Amino acid sequence: MPRRNDLHRILIIGSGPIVIGQACEFDYSGTQACKALKADGYEVILVNSNPATIMTDPELADRTYVEPLSLPYLEKIIERERPDALLSTVGGQTGLNLAVELAEAGVLEKYGVELIGARLEAIKKAEDRLLFKDAMRKIGLETPLSQLVNNVEDGLAFAGRIGYPVILRPSFTLGGTGGGIAYNREEFVEILERGLALSPVHEVLIEESVLGWKEFELEVMRDLADNAIIVCSIENFDPMGVHTGDSVTVAPAQTLTDREYQMMRDAALKCLREIGVDTGGSNVQFAINPENGRMVIIEMNPRVSRSSALASKATGFPIAKIAAKLAVGYRLDEIPNDITRKTPACFEPTIDYVVVKIPRWQFEKMPGAEPVLGTQMKSVGEVMAIGRTFKQALAKGIRSLETGKSAAGEIYEEALIPQKLITPNPDRLGYIRFAFQRGYTVEQVREMTAIDPWFLQQIQEAVAFEKELEQESLTTVSRETLRRAKREGISDAQLARIWNTTWQAVRERRKALGIRAVFSRVDTCAAEFESFTPYLYSTYESECEAEPSERPKVMILGSGPNRIGQGIEFDYCCCHASFALQEFGLESIMVNCNPETVSTDYDTSDRLYFEPLTLEEVLNIYDTERPLGVIVQFGGQTPLTLALPLKRAGVPILGTDPENIDLAEDRRLFGRLLEDLGIPTPPNGSATSVEEACEVARRIGYPVLVRPSYVLGGRAMVIAYDEETVRRYMREAVVFSQDRPVLIDRFLEDAVEVDVDAVSDSEDVLIAGIMEHIEEAGVHSGDSSCVLPAFSLSAAVRNTIEEYTQRLARALHVVGLMNVQYAVKNGTVYVLEVNPRASRTVPYVSKATGVPLPKLAVALMLGKRLKELSHLTAGVVTGCLPVPQVFVKSPVFPFNKFPGVDPALGPEMRSTGEVMGVGENFGEAFGKAQLSAGTPLPERGTVFLSVNDRHKPEAVEVARRLASLGFSLVATRGTAAALRAAGLSCRTVFKVNEGRPNVVDWIKAGSVQLVIYTPTGAHSFSDERAIRRSTVAYRVPCITTISAAKAAAEALASRRRDPIRVWSLQQIHSRAESAV
Amino acid sequence: MSQAVLALEDGSVFEGRAFGARTERCGEVVFNTAITGYQEIFTDPSYAGQIVVLTYPEIGNYGANPDDSESARPFIEGLAVRELSSIASNWRSRQHAEQFLADHGVPIIAEIDTRSLVRRLRSRGVMRGVLSTCGASPEELVEKARRIPSMAGLELATRVSTQTPYEWSEPVRPCSPSDPVPEPAPVRFHVVAYDYGIKRNILRRLALVGCRVTVVPACTPAEEVLALNPDGVFLSNGPGDPEPLQFQAAQVRKLIGKKPIFGICLGHQILGLALGGRTYKLKFGHRGANHPVLNRITGRVEITSHNHGFAVDPDSLNGNEVELTHINLNDQTLEGFRHRSHPVFCVQYHPEAAPGPHDSHYLFDDFVRLMKEFHGRG
Repeated sequence: MPRRNDLHRILIIGSGPIVIGQACEFDYSGTQACKALKADGYEVILVNSNPATIMTDPELADRTYVEPLSLPYLEKIIERERPDALLSTVGGQTGLNLAVELAEAGVLEKYGVELIGARLEAIKKAEDRLLFKDAMRKIGLETPLSQLVNNVEDGLAFAGRIGYPVILRPSFTLGGTGGGIAYNREEFVEILERGLALSPVHEVLIEESVLGWKEFELEVMRDLADNAIIVCSIENFDPMGVHTGDSVTVAPAQTLTDREYQMMRDAALKCLREIGVDTGGSNVQFAINPENGRMVIIEMNPRVSRSSALASKATGFPIAKIAAKLAVGYRLDEIPNDITRKTPACFEPTIDYVVVKIPRWQFEKMPGAEPVLGTQMKSVGEVMAIGRTFKQALAKGIRSLETGKSAAGEIYEEALIPQKLITPNPDRLGYIRFAFQRGYTVEQVREMTAIDPWFLQQIQEAVAFEKELEQESLTTVSRETLRRAKREGISDAQLARIWNTTWQAVRERRKALGIRAVFSRVDTCAAEFESFTPYLYSTYESECEAEPSERPKVMILGSGPNRIGQGIEFDYCCCHASFALQEFGLESIMVNCNPETVSTDYDTSDRLYFEPLTLEEVLNIYDTERPLGVIVQFGGQTPLTLALPLKRAGVPILGTDPENIDLAEDRRLFGRLLEDLGIPTPPNGSATSVEEACEVARRIGYPVLVRPSYVLGGRAMVIAYDEETVRRYMREAVVFSQDRPVLIDRFLEDAVEVDVDAVSDSEDVLIAGIMEHIEEAGVHSGDSSCVLPAFSLSAAVRNTIEEYTQRLARALHVVGLMNVQYAVKNGTVYVLEVNPRASRTVPYVSKATGVPLPKLAVALMLGKRLKELSHLTAGVVTGCLPVPQVFVKSPVFPFNKFPGVDPALGPEMRSTGEVMGVGENFGEAFGKAQLSAGTPLPERGTVFLSVNDRHKPEAVEVARRLASLGFSLVATRGTAAALRAAGLSCRTVFKVNEGRPNVVDWIKAGSVQLVIYTPTGAHSFSDERAIRRSTVAYRVPCITTISAAKAAAEALASRRRDPIRVWSLQQIHSRAESAV
Repeated sequence: MSQAVLALEDGSVFEGRAFGARTERCGEVVFNTAITGYQEIFTDPSYAGQIVVLTYPEIGNYGANPDDSESARPFIEGLAVRELSSIASNWRSRQHAEQFLADHGVPIIAEIDTRSLVRRLRSRGVMRGVLSTCGASPEELVEKARRIPSMAGLELATRVSTQTPYEWSEPVRPCSPSDPVPEPAPVRFHVVAYDYGIKRNILRRLALVGCRVTVVPACTPAEEVLALNPDGVFLSNGPGDPEPLQFQAAQVRKLIGKKPIFGICLGHQILGLALGGRTYKLKFGHRGANHPVLNRITGRVEITSHNHGFAVDPDSLNGNEVELTHINLNDQTLEGFRHRSHPVFCVQYHPEAAPGPHDSHYLFDDFVRLMKEFHGRG
């Protein structure tokens, strides 16, 4: 059954912005699918609202739409593009849900679009809990015992039968609201009563708990001829009870005999066939009772998933690519295995190493959230490490996390051990090590964690070996022991700590003893066949398979695990750098450890090193490959911290000198540079005591923005208009110390913040984009919506910005990318920050302008001049690139995953992802961006307003506009008075501290559809927080700045005025070119 | 911590840690790429005369249990692994893997670079080697390795075969309360199984589909088999080179057409010889649990379990007499054939799995169907 020739145009829906639980693994899968289908001659139409993705690059599809992932827009695109088929399985849950929506709304039928990958019935059978249970029962597979009840009596009877703890899941509540685990009868009755009340159908599913059971996943693929294979097995280190996305996971499964593994394999294939996934990859999850081997099936995803990305990277088997080919009719045995070339993709990969995935959490960014892990995913990213043994892989994984924590040497509290082991939490792995250091036995730790003793034994042995090492020193250690230490994954830095010496000394010593890292290949076949893809990981074995070429080459350092502030944008830049190098005839070498990304796809770069981004590992690769140089400016902070040490170790760094990158981050040195250049910056200072803070504030003048240099808890920042506020903030709200002073800046009230991306060859400077923020200065630039082109800046201000940017680029000898943040107030332009490296906005600007910034930057780093590159910039080599339409980028926040956290915006970035809206006018683009960000503006209803006195005149204008669009107005007393004075009718509502029913009651009752609330100062802090929290909980859009309120009014006006319109990037860019 | 040495005939020497028995053993060094199933591999009589390298680096994790052995004892000469677990973690485990091998005198070399060893075997072909855990000098061992008889031409089947006939009726048993092993079918057929080194899971699967099995020694004449009046004859897997098994091939030739015959692995090779075909030695063999085999009759690909160092040359078989039914998609080697006019079929791989995927269990049902049809006719 070869390629289907009846299909020509195929629609792929991406997964939208990066959110917790749906991250760049779907950029990876979507990108693979696009590439595979295009290579096969199909026309690909891609829709994704996320501009930071590789998949939305105009080269990857024939038509690329960065448009809202919602029914009306998708229908519009389908109407226009008339695809023959929709591939539903590579865009995560979002893509799958939209496919279902389109099918159920009749859109697919209307336009004759065939759903390929998974059929509608299959999706429903897999996704609907009860249909799934029925299907599994039919084929003789067990699921956890369960019963639907609608009264407490029946519930108690069932719970009595299956025994506590039990899981309760109210039917049809959003995101599992009202569910929980009951450990006893009392809790059970409480949760059940609440659940029954919350469930709109007065129904709760009571389910047997499999907490503490062993958890496994199998990645399965099937073709239209019913050939089916298992790509990879994964065993969770953390047993059932922790979301698999929050579990440390290990591939392959470690503790199952072949009999048991094959039982699971048979079950997975049966499940796949019964659910009816025709083609492509699926993921099936199992739990096994460690006491007797009873196995239950937990769930199956009828699509490419997070685990598929991991399985692809873990085995070298490209699941998404193959899934796309199977969807268009190919059989598994018709597709060659890229790695071996000679054998087909119809086989089961076998591996001769161990893979460990470790999640990365950021609870520190979410003060108020309890750092406890459960059934809802909380991690923002992950790392994968490959080692020849579990010990080696685990140690590499811990290093890859870059939490600043190493495998040893953290401070733990003995008294906390039981608590930290029993309740899953981000520190549990560290506490397990600590418990062993304190003499706990494997059995004791197993009792508390329910983690399989095999895993615990490995950690216990590693801890014991470190103790042995403590008896040695760098001079006494034998070659054998040192070699064993390296084979167990212990870093030079850690050995240096143990022996109280430097990492350089350890490195020298082991090299002198002939202990060097070598590189082994990921080859899908455990060396049975020759591999043709240099996909490598370091080991301390005897044979190096790197086989570096003689070609000129450049190494790119990636950005490591996704985290807030360092996400997919940087992977976009790294991938593009790699593509550019290849285009310029150089060999590209990628180093990264994030399994979700496109950069760690073995066919993105010429060579891939799946390694931790540490100095030791990077130097090992450098020593093996000897590249012309290393690119550090695309991967965010991770490679930058390595830049200077690498340079000192003699590694050539391409582009801007690391010293200058550092200079820009040093508050003092940079201040001096700005002074020399005659560029204004807001007056600022820092303080480590209350008195000092008051003194600094007096000196620079009020209002001041006071913020900690590091947010640990409490309030992030305050805008202080008087000394009393500064004192109170310093006393009550902030943690500071000698190392972590409080930063005090003159607050430029109502200033407009501007982000600029530029490229420079150190003489000529091209301004790629001047982006105007919608939120004012004070909010982290990553958390602010921004607009291209800037809409409120005068020509004079724009010229000043261009002029300053050029001056800064020349002064810092920038070769490559640079980002500058400005604040504009009363016509004066102030520099807030300069980063001579790729910024978060590079993909957004590239997509808006059609000019590939990373490629330009690479050319410059390789020594080209801007003047020589006019073919890449539509002829513009100085000044500012034109922007053919209006583009708004908006952030997406994870607050719904962290109940109780204050969603107020501040200087600490908290958004996980971003979306882009495209329009003919600002209102249209902003409205689309809000829709894509998951905070759609209401069509009609009631708007609540409460603004501070300064904003009242502007608020009146916003309110007038909203009223004219048919919205009703309610406001707090002062704001209401101002509105009425302007002739607008509005109702008055109580503030939270005034009485009831107050505004929060209104929000909870669903009587308010939009909240416009600008902070009125420190006094109403608790009031503000209550409002913000309730808007998150009840999903009411909440606008906290007057400029955003104006933008919203614009968007609502556009909604009334403009039809639903969509533009492909190809269309926009050709328009831009013809304009130039 | 004591040292172990694995020396190969090409002079390469691997030094690691000694586990298991303290002894010296020699054999053909081969590698298996299966991730799970080490206990089955240890106890598969087809590994007689071989030192096995496991490519999966973490071995011993789930211990050993009384149910997963493929024969009464380990048959491998020695074991080479990257890492040997110091604990056994599984609800069915009764013994450490190391102890299991030590009890039967099998030496283990651990913590060697197994990948490098496998790459060597892949590029130069399987080699003779000596594994010592009792302190011999590497040079001496290399010399010894060169003096070991080659596997080509080596007849091992009769050495591992049972000496006396016995009956088997034990079916496959579930390994967990969730293992959906069907109730054994009522006994309807009597099968005589030639033991050239038979794996127990073949016997268990035959019992499961309703066969009472009489296992007979490899040297049993065809007449004695016919005298037992079986409904079918099964030809088992086994170690060594098929070429010297001319007596066995001759007996099989006498049975063709008289009884339905099903062969696996060495049984398939002997059938090839019986039908006038030739066998040859593969460079490094097929040993693993992930080989794609195309069933040319159904058009489906089966993921299969392999353990063979020799293969039947398809060109040596008479196409008018024999239909090639199974092909390996990795290297296009012959994996199965059937007789066009007699009830005879066989596969090179292991449909009984153990270890490996269960995709080819249907072949046991096919055998039963064949016996049914044959006796319906008769």
